[in-house]
Amino acid sequence: MWMEIGTVNDIPKLGARVVQSGQGDIAIFRTADDEIFALFDRCPHKGGALSQGIVHGKAVACPLHNWNIDLVTGEVKGPDNGCSRTVPVSVSGDIIRLQMPDVKATGTHG
Amino acid sequence: MKQKLIVIGNGMAGMRTVEEILKRDAGLYDITVFGAEARENYNRIMLSPVLSGEKCFEDIIINSREWYVENDITLFAGDAVTAIDTTTKTVTSQRGLTLGYDKLLLATGSDPFIIPVPGKDLDGVVTFRDLDDVNRMLAAAKLGGRAIVIGGGLLGLEAAVGLKANGMDVTVVHLMDTLMERQLDEAAGYLLVSELEGRGLKVLTGANTKAILGDTKVTGLELVDGTQLKADLVVMAVGIKPNVALAREAGIEIGRGVMVNDQMQTSTADVYAVGECVEHRGLTYGLVAPLFEMGKVLAAHLTGGEGVGYEGSVTSTKLKVTGVDVFSAGDFSGGDGAEDIVFRDAARGVYKRIVVRDDKVEGAVLYGDAKDGAWYFQLMKDGADISELRDTIVFGQAYAGGGAQADPSAAVAALADDAEICGCNGVCKGDIVTAITKNDLTTLDQVKAHTKASASCCGCSGLVEQVLSLTLGDAYQMQTVKPMCGCTVHSHDDVRRLIVAKDMKSIPEVMQQLEWSTPDGCSSCRPALNYYLLCALPETYIDDNQSRFINERVHANIQKDGTFSVVPRMWGGMTSAKELRAIADVVDKFEIPAVKVTGGQRLDLFGVQKKDLPAVWADLNAAGMVSGHAYGKSLRTVKTCAGNQWCRFGTQDAIEMGIALEQMTWGSWTPHKFKMAVSGCPRNCAEATIKDFGVVAVDSGYALHVGGNGGIDVRVTDYLTTVETEQDVLEYAGAYMQIYREEARYLERTAPWVERVGLDHIKANLVDDDEKRKALFARFMVSQKALQEDPWAKRAEGVKDAHEFTPLKIVA
Repeated sequence: MWMEIGTVNDIPKLGARVVQSGQGDIAIFRTADDEIFALFDRCPHKGGALSQGIVHGKAVACPLHNWNIDLVTGEVKGPDNGCSRTVPVSVSGDIIRLQMPDVKATGTHG
Repeated sequence: MKQKLIVIGNGMAGMRTVEEILKRDAGLYDITVFGAEARENYNRIMLSPVLSGEKCFEDIIINSREWYVENDITLFAGDAVTAIDTTTKTVTSQRGLTLGYDKLLLATGSDPFIIPVPGKDLDGVVTFRDLDDVNRMLAAAKLGGRAIVIGGGLLGLEAAVGLKANGMDVTVVHLMDTLMERQLDEAAGYLLVSELEGRGLKVLTGANTKAILGDTKVTGLELVDGTQLKADLVVMAVGIKPNVALAREAGIEIGRGVMVNDQMQTSTADVYAVGECVEHRGLTYGLVAPLFEMGKVLAAHLTGGEGVGYEGSVTSTKLKVTGVDVFSAGDFSGGDGAEDIVFRDAARGVYKRIVVRDDKVEGAVLYGDAKDGAWYFQLMKDGADISELRDTIVFGQAYAGGGAQADPSAAVAALADDAEICGCNGVCKGDIVTAITKNDLTTLDQVKAHTKASASCCGCSGLVEQVLSLTLGDAYQMQTVKPMCGCTVHSHDDVRRLIVAKDMKSIPEVMQQLEWSTPDGCSSCRPALNYYLLCALPETYIDDNQSRFINERVHANIQKDGTFSVVPRMWGGMTSAKELRAIADVVDKFEIPAVKVTGGQRLDLFGVQKKDLPAVWADLNAAGMVSGHAYGKSLRTVKTCAGNQWCRFGTQDAIEMGIALEQMTWGSWTPHKFKMAVSGCPRNCAEATIKDFGVVAVDSGYALHVGGNGGIDVRVTDYLTTVETEQDVLEYAGAYMQIYREEARYLERTAPWVERVGLDHIKANLVDDDEKRKALFARFMVSQKALQEDPWAKRAEGVKDAHEFTPLKIVA
């Protein structure tokens, strides 16, 4: 189910905001080029809130232990391993829409 | 079809074996693991630092639950296997699961040995084996009181030191006359007792426990000689015994442990055993290295490899107590034909004894300086002829052999590929060299990430760096200019210099002009650039919030669970009924779970929800309190003693001085956190000599101290000068902060900075040259004018960064 969650300008450049859902928090990121990405707001390492991290390029550094997570795939950038679950997101005009996952799931996949 | 491998035991031995199997052939087995403990696989040998508080449980997890999933391993954690049927080849678990196996691995470990004395089952008697035991000890320690540890071996002493670190009054009761008598000789044992007593522990040797006293709960302990000792907690750490109950029930042959051959096979077909539960060639093991060796052998066997079998392990031990350097290996009982080479340095508390027989090292005991332990151990394992080294062997590897005098890299170069560098994770020199060459590693952190060497206790990080430097040769040596981060080739110092020289005004401009290799930097360089610009352009630079770490972005400290902690400023550590009442009201109103007094004389409110931060600040602001900047690379606190307002020894007004300093310096951003203290007399109750800037009042004025640190590397301050008036103190403090702000690299504390640039450099700018000092002070005050604005106020009003504290949307 696609759902409207806000506009691009609601999120600071190189920043993130949170969408609270029944399945856990989802972090919505905005890059320097205004690309929008969405991940479950849990670092695969120790569950840190990725929405609180520093966004750089198409990655975010987890605020707890500085693991870097690829915003496109949710994968941890080497040499560490792990993956945060991505959420499909679309932008038309200024409007951001999320495809809410319909099964109960945890923040990290697997 | 895959064969079914069931592993009983989710501990270090079982999982290391599984890792070794996966490394060799990940597709061969369908693996199921049963573990009695309801948690992931962790590094049991690191429970001691968890007890002492130096590490937390998360730090010692070896394989997370995700790891099991990724490797298709089914884990039943918290479900112990209760029976094995070797005829039908099935196991049955506590919860009633019955599963068939093709191969079965017993890795059931060992149980603590309980001495059969009256009172052994009382409430308050614990063992030291798993995390639950640690939690029980920590819970008991919270209530304070007395603890008795029965057993002065490796485990007992680590427990004793850990409990002491948690504030308990600790007595070690040891049956033998020497502590750790299996690892240490009398001389080293004596040094160890002195060290422990110096740390406030009591040690009773030759003490035989008769009974543990108490009705339902422990109250004390009685020794055979009639001595009675009071205790609120008794820890039994007298040894371990292999856990063989399952094997025995299943009819598998057991002796002291589960009997295995060199291929780790038990008496029953397709049933194997590794770790502390086995008996091999008449020996049982309770250390980590043999488990790893067994795991390798078995993995090779189970994946069809033709390996040499397990031939038993030569073991060495190291006491994991911070600040106590003890190493022991081999046999040092002496006897016919054994010769001792002994070295003592009483002043440094160093004792080394090498036992030699037939020109071969037979054993070694090192106390106080154990860095050559790995080398002696290797000589011993190799059975090397040491006749050539005899004269110098006791001085260690750097000296033995003459030419390579005191050259630590020569020592590492001489190590064989299979020499163990990291004892915690069983990483050999060869593994590290391979990882470096294969993955083009150039830094310690990379090696740590790839090999796990020095990733646990960090004790071997120096050795790992040596290996790195040897492997990379000149490539490593030549790298004298370390770039800020992977985004640039420029060093911190160069970037700072260029920002000023080229009058750069923003982060994108710096990245553009200095040819950054990434579009918008990384989490390492952006905060540094933001600081350098802010320092260079105090009046005009617009702070880039998105280049600040979360704590500085939202002006509170993020905690591991995602909540925040809030510290209101209390000038010079002074507070009032009004402030305390307001804090208490905030705690009640927002249901803040914990309030703690910090080391810097402030109150820390823990567990505040992010959304509540602005409202919490509003209430604190209303009572006149502002941000305490406990989250920033900034002026933290000025700690004070009572001073001559109250104290009969005080010579100056420390409180007033502290308040004046804090009011002048609060709000300033610095390369790293900056702490101050003012003591009213040389008794120095405010601990000013481990602060970044310390003031100690004397009759004639104020002695100023700089570059102290109470953190990981404790550093006592250097004495700067003595000044006469309060105004002088303020001027020196401001000037000192400013030179630190302008010259230190981002994230460099004053202690390493002072060591790097030298005290003379600082004196030349502050003490020897009044003009320079006054100019620094003036620049500091200009900067302060722009920075002294309570960051909480605008956020509390909702006029700044409101988006930080509200969700974008709430959906069902």
